[in-house]
Formats: sequence, structure tokens, C-alpha cells
Amino acid sequence: MNIIHEATADQLQTEHPEFRVGDTIKVHYLIKEGAKERIQVFQGIVIQRRGEKISHTFTVRKISGGIAVERIFPFHSPHISKIEVVRMGRVRRAKLFYLRRVKGKAARVKEKKRY
Amino acid sequence: MVGLIGKKIGMSQVFDKHGNLVPVTVIQAGPCWVVFRKTVARDGYDAMQLGFEKIEEKRVNKPMLGHFKKHKSPYYRYLKEFRLTIYKDIQEDEELNVTMFQEDELIKITGTSKGKGFQGVMRRHGFHGFKATHGVHESYRGPGSIGQCATPSRVFKGKKLPGHMGVAKVSIKNLKVIRVDQERGLLMVKGAVPGHRNSIVYIRKEL
Repeated sequence: MNIIHEATADQLQTEHPEFRVGDTIKVHYLIKEGAKERIQVFQGIVIQRRGEKISHTFTVRKISGGIAVERIFPFHSPHISKIEVVRMGRVRRAKLFYLRRVKGKAARVKEKKRY
Repeated sequence: MVGLIGKKIGMSQVFDKHGNLVPVTVIQAGPCWVVFRKTVARDGYDAMQLGFEKIEEKRVNKPMLGHFKKHKSPYYRYLKEFRLTIYKDIQEDEELNVTMFQEDELIKITGTSKGKGFQGVMRRHGFHGFKATHGVHESYRGPGSIGQCATPSRVFKGKKLPGHMGVAKVSIKNLKVIRVDQERGLLMVKGAVPGHRNSIVYIRKEL
């Protein structure tokens, strides 16, 4: 498998900041509508990171107008122009799928204190 | 059709020039060398025999040794003949490698499919089987009726029945080349290619 990693290494992104599951992030994503291009910002909680190297993806969940929206982004996508970490979260598991079935107070993620 | 012998390495994903993530099969394609040429004048048709993966003399058996000696060629693990319709200027001992392929080109790949063992008609031929309920009794995945009665009092040849599946020669046409890695001799092709990892595949230019 290593030869595959070597051959795809040139497409990997190295400029994104470090973020973890539970963090709230802003993803600046390039959207193409016909000939027009614009940047859309998607802000939400990271509930999953999976895959390795070129196949690495992460899932961002947000509540938009009372409706939950989840979006999966390929981490190394050239369409992601920028990722910003808004808030660091303190969580005790690697995948936050429990957020899908809890509401209100239970659906909050504690902020991680930085000392 | 001119082509190459290759080895399937595995599957991965890669971003294409539009920025979309596409599934690819990574193939170690070549380098191959022409062992000898067949010509219309001598053999009745144009072809080349390609060798892939050089090996030591002690790895070659006696009949093959005679073949390599006759054509004053190095020793190879894999040999394959490719018919030539154009590109008739290819010489003996010429090296062929991935540079013959370009991005977005459509190619044909032939390989040996993975062995599936003895399979029933549902998996092997896509039959629908029977219902899980409504009184079906002890027959959920069977072939059903396989023929008539006293006329013809036999089962027709070629009737689709359970049996061995896989390990067959499979060709796929119009596979798109996504990337050519000249440095490592790799070819990345969109989608799946027959065979398991490290199996030999024949890659042909569609012409």
C-alpha cells in the first residue's frame, strides 16, 4: 500500500490547522455554479474524522433553521480554501453520533479550556 | 493494439483536475521490453511479444531458456503477445512504459477475475430465488424448474446452473486514465479492474 501513499502524496494538504472531533470549525468551500464560482462558509461541530492520507474525510454537523445538516468533506480537497477553528470542544469519544438523537441542553459540547 | 503488461497494486482515491475525488485502481504498468517481433512477411500477421519483470537465469526453466536464447533476450517472468495494427515501427528489444498513455485516454484492461468458488444461481447468474414467506418450503435460493418433461426429456446445454465462478478472463473497455506517474511507472485508472492485488493485467490502448 505504501507505493499508493507515495504516489498520491503530492495531493495532500498541509496548511489546514489542527482540529479534533468536538471542535467547532468554519470550512470555506469553493462552490461552482455553472461558470460562477463562490466561497461558501459551513460552520458546525466536527463529529467524525475517518480514513487516512488521501482518503481522509471529516463530517461537520450544524443546525440550520431547526434542521440538522451534516456534510462530509474530503480533508485534502482542493476546493477547501480555508479551515478555521472557532471553538475547541472537550469530548470523551472519537465519533459524536450521539448528537443525532439528543436535543437542547444535552446536545451541547463543553468547551476545552486552554491554559 | 499496442499495450503493456502490468500488476494490480490496489485501489485508492485521487483528486482529478476538476477537484473531484474519484476512485482509482493503481497499476504498476511496465516497463516492458519487446522480446521478438512477428511480421506479416514471416508469420502472416504483425505482433510483438512483451516481457515483464526481469529475472535471473536460474529462475527460468529449460524450454523458456531456449526461447530467450533464440531471441538473444534477457529473462522475464511474464510474457504476452500483443497484435499490432498500427505502430508497426516497434523494434525488438525496445522498451515500452507508461509514457504511452495520456490522461483522459480510454483504455482496455484484461485480467483474471477473483475466484468465488462453487456458487449458486443467485450469485452466479443473478436469479431472483424465491420469496422468504407466503408458504415457500425449503427452497429459497434454488434455480426453479430446469426444463420440461418427456419432451425433450433432457436438460438443454448451456442451462444456467450452480457451479464454479470466477478465475475467468475478464476484459473491461473504456476505462479512463486519471493519472500517469512516470517516475514510479504507475497508471491510475478510474474504477475497478478485474483480479486480486498483485495479479497480472494486460493494458491495451483502444484504437
